[in-house]
Amino acid sequence: MWRIVHQFGSPPWVYRFCERVIPWLLPITFTALVIGSLWGLLYAPTDYKQGDSYRIIYIHVPAAVVALAGYYVMAAAGLVSLVWKIKLADTAMRAAAPIGAAYTAIALITGAIWGKPTWGAWWVWDARITSMLILLFLYLGVIALFEAYENKAIAARACAVLSLVGTVNIPIIYKSVDWWYSLHQPASIKFTGPSAIDASMLYPLLGMIITFYALFAVLMMINLRDLLLDDHRSSAWLKKQLEA
Amino acid sequence: MYFDSLSAAMTMGGHGGYVWSAYAITFLVLGVVILRPILSSRRLRRDIRSELARKATVSGVSNAS
Amino acid sequence: MTEYQGQSGFEYLRAQTGRHLSLLISKPSEMLNPLFFFLLVIILFPIGLGPEREVLSDLAPGILWVVALLSNLMISQRLFVDDFDDGSLEQLVFAPVPLALAALPQLLAIWLTSGLLLALVSPVFALMLGLPEQALIPLMSSLALGSAVMCLLGGVGAALTVGVQRGGILLGLLILPLYIPVLIVGSRAVTEAVLTGGDPTVPLAFLGAALTASLLLAPFAIAAGLRISLEL
Repeated sequence: MWRIVHQFGSPPWVYRFCERVIPWLLPITFTALVIGSLWGLLYAPTDYKQGDSYRIIYIHVPAAVVALAGYYVMAAAGLVSLVWKIKLADTAMRAAAPIGAAYTAIALITGAIWGKPTWGAWWVWDARITSMLILLFLYLGVIALFEAYENKAIAARACAVLSLVGTVNIPIIYKSVDWWYSLHQPASIKFTGPSAIDASMLYPLLGMIITFYALFAVLMMINLRDLLLDDHRSSAWLKKQLEA
Repeated sequence: MYFDSLSAAMTMGGHGGYVWSAYAITFLVLGVVILRPILSSRRLRRDIRSELARKATVSGVSNAS
Repeated sequence: MTEYQGQSGFEYLRAQTGRHLSLLISKPSEMLNPLFFFLLVIILFPIGLGPEREVLSDLAPGILWVVALLSNLMISQRLFVDDFDDGSLEQLVFAPVPLALAALPQLLAIWLTSGLLLALVSPVFALMLGLPEQALIPLMSSLALGSAVMCLLGGVGAALTVGVQRGGILLGLLILPLYIPVLIVGSRAVTEAVLTGGDPTVPLAFLGAALTASLLLAPFAIAAGLRISLEL
């Protein structure tokens, strides 16, 4: 048991693990992404209310779900790095931030594109959209804070504290935005709940959510590998690894 | 396929522009996020390897003399 | 530090609060900066929006709260900076109280001279914007409570960025997301008071709860941030 924990904290082991699995996982997840997209685009039935614009749901909802989960991944890595001082957790936190920001941006952009034919406006101050916008700022804050420090070890600690503060705030932000919204506009805009979706629409959606999670994991590995290469460029194990 | 023809799938009853552009932007963003670290890793590995090779030749020369 | 020996933690905190207060009051122009900023921006709104009274009083709660939030952001940018530059921030570590508490006197002094001051004079600006009289007390209390929360949250951001060059805009990016709930609840308190039959006590209670929670949690984040910035 402890050996497994130890292995996860060991940069050479993680680097070798990433090297070994990325060539397999990346093509598989990308293929799943393409298949899922085509399924949603071409084979899923049309929504009788919204027409075909609803097909954006197959990227919009997965991106939004995983973007939020990604923040917790980042904050959990930050917590591990602060409490147990595992350097690899710092690296994991840095690896998660840009992916999460990209997912949030995708959710926002596709949401805006979906909003135009559905609500007649590119941007609506809907509770969820506003929360996602704030989430994007939280991600950008962590990235900018890391870039601002010269000393990268200290930068990682600062980012860990910030991401934990953000974690405490995310539920508060969501609740307060929800409350503000519910008092401002009566439910003129409503998403259909997942339970109201027919199975022929639900399965591609679930498939895409799983694919987006898998892609997040693969992207974490790709980023981890890159950051490990950068951090350990003069380490003996890396030289040995690259000579082999 | 759900649509009758390829052109119907492209236009999607007037919503095609929105749907296809949303997917295009998603793939574009994901492409950047995937390729950036891969290219940067490739460059880093090449740098480290060439540094190793340079060191190897330097030490080889000093051993021979 | 020897000079603090023999002082109890409480005496230390009181003495520090007094020191920071007199430092702030000795530079009145700097202390009043956020207030002047508030005044200037409030004046710009009627000029930009036009003088119609209905429009202005409809928008007044939002305008007042947004501008108050920006002044609080300005205040946060000055937190810890002078003390970091002259090295007295490092002395906090040797204080007879934990670092989490040792940073509070400065926050308290700043809040008293800016956030609370702004809340006290806000009725003047509110009346200029045509806010109804019954909303004045909710405005003042929401600003007083909200600025205390924002001061504590700003303290977290300031502690994390005080060692960074050009931390100003970075600080804005870090803490504006955290200010959003305060803005929502605070402006809601004022809007509720304007509405007939509205009840501002619920949002005010939420602000009170936010203040309690941030008083409990923020000092630890501030202490962690200061340790990072001081590279301890």
